[in-house]
Amino acid sequence: MSTTATVIARDERLRRASFLVRAMRRPELGALAGLALVILFFGIYADKSMFTLGGVMTVLAPAAELGILAVAAALLMIGGEFDLSIGSMVALAGLILGVSLAVLHLPFVVALLLTAVCAAALGAVNGTIVIHTRLPSFIVTLAFLFIYRGLSLVGLKWATGGSTQLRGIGDAAGGGFLPGLFSGLAFHPLFTWMAAHDMIQKFPSGEPTVQGVPVSILWFVGFALLATWVLLATRAGNWIFAAGGDANAARNSGVPVAPVKTALFMLTAVSAALVATLQVMNTGSTDALRGEQKEFEAVIAAVIGGCLLTGGYGSAIGAFLGAIIFGMVSIGLTYTHFDSDWFKVFLGGMLLLAVLFNSFIRRKVTGER
Amino acid sequence: MSDAPLIEVRDIVKTFGSVIALNGVSMSVRSGEVLCLLGDNGAGKSTLIKTLSGVYRPTSGEFLVDGKPVAFRSPRDALDAGIATVYQDLAMIPLMSVTRNFFMGREPVRGIWPFRRLDFARAQDVTREEMMRIGIDVRDPHQAVGTLSGGERQCVAIARAVYFGAQVLILDEPTSALGVAQTSVVLKYIHIVRSRGLGVIFITHNVRHAHVVGDRFTVLNRGRTLGTYDKSEIAIEELQNLMAGGKELAELSGALGGTV
Repeated sequence: MSTTATVIARDERLRRASFLVRAMRRPELGALAGLALVILFFGIYADKSMFTLGGVMTVLAPAAELGILAVAAALLMIGGEFDLSIGSMVALAGLILGVSLAVLHLPFVVALLLTAVCAAALGAVNGTIVIHTRLPSFIVTLAFLFIYRGLSLVGLKWATGGSTQLRGIGDAAGGGFLPGLFSGLAFHPLFTWMAAHDMIQKFPSGEPTVQGVPVSILWFVGFALLATWVLLATRAGNWIFAAGGDANAARNSGVPVAPVKTALFMLTAVSAALVATLQVMNTGSTDALRGEQKEFEAVIAAVIGGCLLTGGYGSAIGAFLGAIIFGMVSIGLTYTHFDSDWFKVFLGGMLLLAVLFNSFIRRKVTGER
Repeated sequence: MSDAPLIEVRDIVKTFGSVIALNGVSMSVRSGEVLCLLGDNGAGKSTLIKTLSGVYRPTSGEFLVDGKPVAFRSPRDALDAGIATVYQDLAMIPLMSVTRNFFMGREPVRGIWPFRRLDFARAQDVTREEMMRIGIDVRDPHQAVGTLSGGERQCVAIARAVYFGAQVLILDEPTSALGVAQTSVVLKYIHIVRSRGLGVIFITHNVRHAHVVGDRFTVLNRGRTLGTYDKSEIAIEELQNLMAGGKELAELSGALGGTV
């Protein structure tokens, strides 16, 4: 790309786009600025322990679960749709996985596949209804928010004989490679080695204070990178932008808009199932109230990350950063002397600021006045 | 190249229930020719182009492409036959870059699945080259289409159709929403496209724009062809009168002391 730019003579009418202008074109700029601001804030007010390795892991763990949902929600928003049912889907998928393992005693791999397939199918139902009725996805998925939540409550009571919690799933899942992908810590040997060589903090016994990286963080980072690659570098990514930017124009140009949107709904549902699996495998239980309000938090993280509510613009890395901001603020306040309930005020303010900033950027990008 | 016109329709009739939108329209366009389709609102221009581009199927009449009868069932069929239509609303997405828009739906890829990815280097080169060829320097192919002027956007849409193998270009009022300078950009481009051997059907109700680039003029009125004229046969004023269907405009024009 850069080679052709130098071969072809530059247009004298074009001011060389300054670094600042080029940065402004990136949708995730706002999130980056927001993250810098939040780090600055906690750098001043928070206890130093927040910025140790242990503190960072504590902040990232909740960010990771939200982040997986946020990245999927961002892709769907760029594709021009919403999914408010993902929070409830976390509970429903948790129920399916839990019942498969602890009640039906299926092997872990079968239970896992069953959960993913059910989630994908429900996502496809969402998408099909939205596309064929042309109703706003906001209202269709709002209906499913309640349907899934209700089903989770009813299903759990049925499975447990009256309780809304199902325990003992971890034991039923057993150990081994596959369950290990969804639970516990990764890189334990590396951290032990680093502790032995005095590169990280350790207990007097020689064990590192931080034993490894929670696997959910690895899923979060991996998913965000994959989503970014798909969005920016593949044909599917171009179709997602096109479908959200102007579905009619995209259709006229030969983009299969309906399949693209349906696939995105399936992706958000499966990402909710992934989060459910991580939660179930790490706590060994499932609960009908899992994932409550996560649908809103995911949308907030995506918007902070630069997604436009009208679709066609946004970034997966932005949603990734948005989720980290979320995690920092929600956990970080406990490291300060502020009441941690300020969290919600802070978040609402952040959201409002992000929306204002995004609409300003949109005008810049499109040249609209 | 054969002598048959690229597209020819004879006595096309199209009815919607009891409404007769086209009542025996005939026209043809040859390679390297700009045919202007003129007519006031309600004359049947839109119905005719939608028939040509495969959106509607004619109720009766002949439709020949390269001298052979065809029956398109969808816009895709028409595209495959080399007939591309650039609609007023452009099929461009303002928030996406020029390159991404240019290749939308027909992205070049490289690599093997699952590592197949967009061939951005090629897409970028082709976009720049095609735009240069029509005399528009898309200064930065990364820039969003929304930052281009209306005329430039029309040209991107036309360049895209040409690049993807159109033999006949149908332009639906490409200049109606444009200012003077931008109109001249588009008209200049129509001229370039013609010299490359394409057939162009230029729909407009602006006689002046038509007269600048048109080789022949087919005038529609109330669903019928009033006639087809070579540029040498007819003056602007006559065309204007034909199009408006009569004297009223001439009188008005007289009263206002000029041509409307």
